[in-house]
Amino acid sequence: MSIPVVEHAAPLLLIQRRAPWGLIGLLGLAFIVVPLWGNDYWLNAILIPFLVLSLAGLGLNLLTGYTGQTSVGAAGFMAVGAFATYGFLLRLPELGLPVALLGGGVISALVGLLFGLPSSRIKGFYLMVTTLAAQFFLEWLFVKFPWFYNYGSSGTISAPALTLFGHDLNTPLGRYWLTLVSVLLLTWTAVNLVRSQVGRNWMAIRDMDTAAAVIGIPVARYKRLAFAVSSFYLGIAGALWAFAYLGTASASSFDINRSFQILFIIIIGGMGSIAGNFVGAAFISLLPIFLSHAGQALFGGAVDAGQLQNLQKIIFGVLIIVFLIKEPDGLIRLLHTLRDRLRQWPLRF
Amino acid sequence: MSQAILQVRDISLSFKGVKAISGLSFDVQRGEICALIGPNGAGKSSLLNVLNGVYRFDAGEIIFDDQHFQRIDPLGAARRGIGRTFQNNALFKKMSVLDNLLTGLSRYMRSTFIEQALGLPRARREAEAFGLRGQGVLEFLELQAHRDVLVGNLSYGLQKRVELGRALIAEPSLLLLDEPMAGMNAEEKQEMARFVADVNRDLGTTVVLIEHDIGVVMGLSDHVVVLDYGRKVGDGTPAQVQANPEVIAAYLGVVH
Amino acid sequence: MTFFFETLLGGLLAGTLYSLVAIGFVLIYKASGVFNFAQGAMLLFAALTFVSLHDQGVPFALALLLTVIVMIGGALLIERLVLRPLVNRSQITLFMATLGLSFIIEGLAQGLMGSQVRALDLGIDDVPLFVGPLMLSQFDLVAAAAAGVLVTVLALLFNKTRIGVSLRAVADDTTAALSIGIHLNRIWQIVWAVAGVVGLVAGLLWGARQGVQFSLSLVVLKALPVLIIGGFTSIGGAMVGGLIVGAAENLAEVYIGPLIGGGITPWFAYVLALAFLYMRPAGLFGERAIERV
Repeated sequence: MSIPVVEHAAPLLLIQRRAPWGLIGLLGLAFIVVPLWGNDYWLNAILIPFLVLSLAGLGLNLLTGYTGQTSVGAAGFMAVGAFATYGFLLRLPELGLPVALLGGGVISALVGLLFGLPSSRIKGFYLMVTTLAAQFFLEWLFVKFPWFYNYGSSGTISAPALTLFGHDLNTPLGRYWLTLVSVLLLTWTAVNLVRSQVGRNWMAIRDMDTAAAVIGIPVARYKRLAFAVSSFYLGIAGALWAFAYLGTASASSFDINRSFQILFIIIIGGMGSIAGNFVGAAFISLLPIFLSHAGQALFGGAVDAGQLQNLQKIIFGVLIIVFLIKEPDGLIRLLHTLRDRLRQWPLRF
Repeated sequence: MSQAILQVRDISLSFKGVKAISGLSFDVQRGEICALIGPNGAGKSSLLNVLNGVYRFDAGEIIFDDQHFQRIDPLGAARRGIGRTFQNNALFKKMSVLDNLLTGLSRYMRSTFIEQALGLPRARREAEAFGLRGQGVLEFLELQAHRDVLVGNLSYGLQKRVELGRALIAEPSLLLLDEPMAGMNAEEKQEMARFVADVNRDLGTTVVLIEHDIGVVMGLSDHVVVLDYGRKVGDGTPAQVQANPEVIAAYLGVVH
Repeated sequence: MTFFFETLLGGLLAGTLYSLVAIGFVLIYKASGVFNFAQGAMLLFAALTFVSLHDQGVPFALALLLTVIVMIGGALLIERLVLRPLVNRSQITLFMATLGLSFIIEGLAQGLMGSQVRALDLGIDDVPLFVGPLMLSQFDLVAAAAAGVLVTVLALLFNKTRIGVSLRAVADDTTAALSIGIHLNRIWQIVWAVAGVVGLVAGLLWGARQGVQFSLSLVVLKALPVLIIGGFTSIGGAMVGGLIVGAAENLAEVYIGPLIGGGITPWFAYVLALAFLYMRPAGLFGERAIERV
């Protein structure tokens, strides 16, 4: 005899599911307001990098935040995606842009899988070292072998052409659309994944992998899957970073500092959260701008750019530590708590 | 199909020269609740680990559901219908109660990650089926109110119940419970005992549990096996075991 | 054949500098289980402080003393503000905190003392010395000697003094150490201060070798392969690990490098470490961790 299966589950309404007005509002902003009123500066310097960094954060979060495998090699996999997409666009242009992007992601996933193989034997800290190895190795690879950048003398790559169904996307607005649609599609699949059994298996591995193994989850396989899927997202993010944002990139666009930057995004935004990546990326993108404006306002040009950078560094460092101490679940948790308090507030009387 | 769902035959296990279990044999009948008792260090947890494949025994044989095994691994044991809980609450603290329950169904997952990522029909049907089973366990163990609570935020007693649920959701024929009532107060113990009895009576699951509280053991179990220093010193009904001088000696020591 | 030995010895000597950096890590890891990513930044800060003071005319010994005081003060601050609040958290969390710490220290270092490369003159000329038929660098030999002295002093500290024994107790079992009355905070302060001083020595030597500049803080990344090979919890292991990495790197660059395009030093050590990880997950001298369910 088995547990009486619930034939018609009563609507599981323990948590009221409200219409996600916030999300709808943001999407409206993204699809309607920005294209109509956005100026080039906003698109090029703020929105596009924000979107791409969110995607990169999402990729890393799947591996580190959801599966618990700390990686400091995110930028290396972004580089793979960028150079692979370049290869497709250059050598197989008839495949088109979407295929080139997806192809870049797939190649990056395969490389991620390769570097993720040790995860079946090595854990935690030591695994982090293999990701560091991946980072340095990949950086070296894309400098040392000119085939990757088509033998150009400067070692850089730029998109040969960004066209989709005949439209030239190489304008600020075009690149914005490309980035927005890619990021949204990939975010949607990520949300599906983390809410599914795969997502649960990943989180089980993160929380206690020995227990996960004993209850029948194939831990090694899921760790490898996490590396592969994470690198897929990172690869596409890398391609977008190179071609939708920078225009021209080289291996040094994807150095260890970029990896740290992505790690910071997920720590500050919230590990194990999808929305957190956007919050973290927004923070990382906007803080430098905010700081330089504040610097101008307070000191009227007496503070030079170098000092501002140092100040920014210090602030980032302090924030990382503060978040780790006070709110390890990141800004997104802070925002949720705030929202819940605001909801209660009228009822406190 | 024999009456004994589990037959342990001459099992021995040692760690680096220390014999944890020596020459242990006993039977567990289908549908019974069998309690494993004995002083600390007697080898009870080790025996459970052997039964679900976490430890590999050095000698002997296990017959489960009429099939002979010289060795078994956790996944294999789980597949054949052996479920278990752990002494130290091996729950996933940052996941909700429902999610924890659902992890118990992982090995039944048939849809691929791509199907799940894209929300394809097979993945969705599977998710719904799993969800219904989860809901069933939630109701059976009266955990609906905590469905979306992070397990790490629950009381110890509730956590142990969730762990029971995680083992149950896969509908095991044999359930191994490692000190399911450890650290609970009298009220919580009563409740857990009730649930264990419910599982045994309503679902027909055979239960082997390690337990220290003699009152619980006497009231709940049909069959008691006593271990001391890795050997069996008692095997029978609660009343028989209680009167057995060897068992008394094991707990109280022998007068020299 | 001479060339091979020269390369080998050159690598070994360079390796002692890696060891110096690794030892700073081992100290902290041994006593508090934290992998201190900020060790490199501490190195940079120490070197910069010393150089700035010296450039302003402060005599060598005084500058050294002042820098040591600064490093100790820093250690106290770090223990109070970063370590204590994070005392029971996971290893990865603590590592990320030290990552944040490294940013703060770097930002401070460059903010206060500028970011141009500074030359550091320790009074040791980098002239070639001939030992038998082999040509070696005098500087490297002095550095190796310094490392040797440091290791000996530390070994004495750990094994012969009361503080040292307490340190080892804390590393072995923090709760047990607490229950016999060892002041955890005091121990951590001491350990981080010692690590800071070790960082100073390493920073000065590295700085003299390649100039005091920002990339000094990246030297930490080289310490990782050393720690993996030598184990995270053994000073002797850090020494041996450093020698192995230094030698292997040098030999690889010279003999394998030309086959695949050269410039393999950035990542060769990591691949070596990976290979070691597969064979001996705890390093040559480290301890294995066991997980119980």
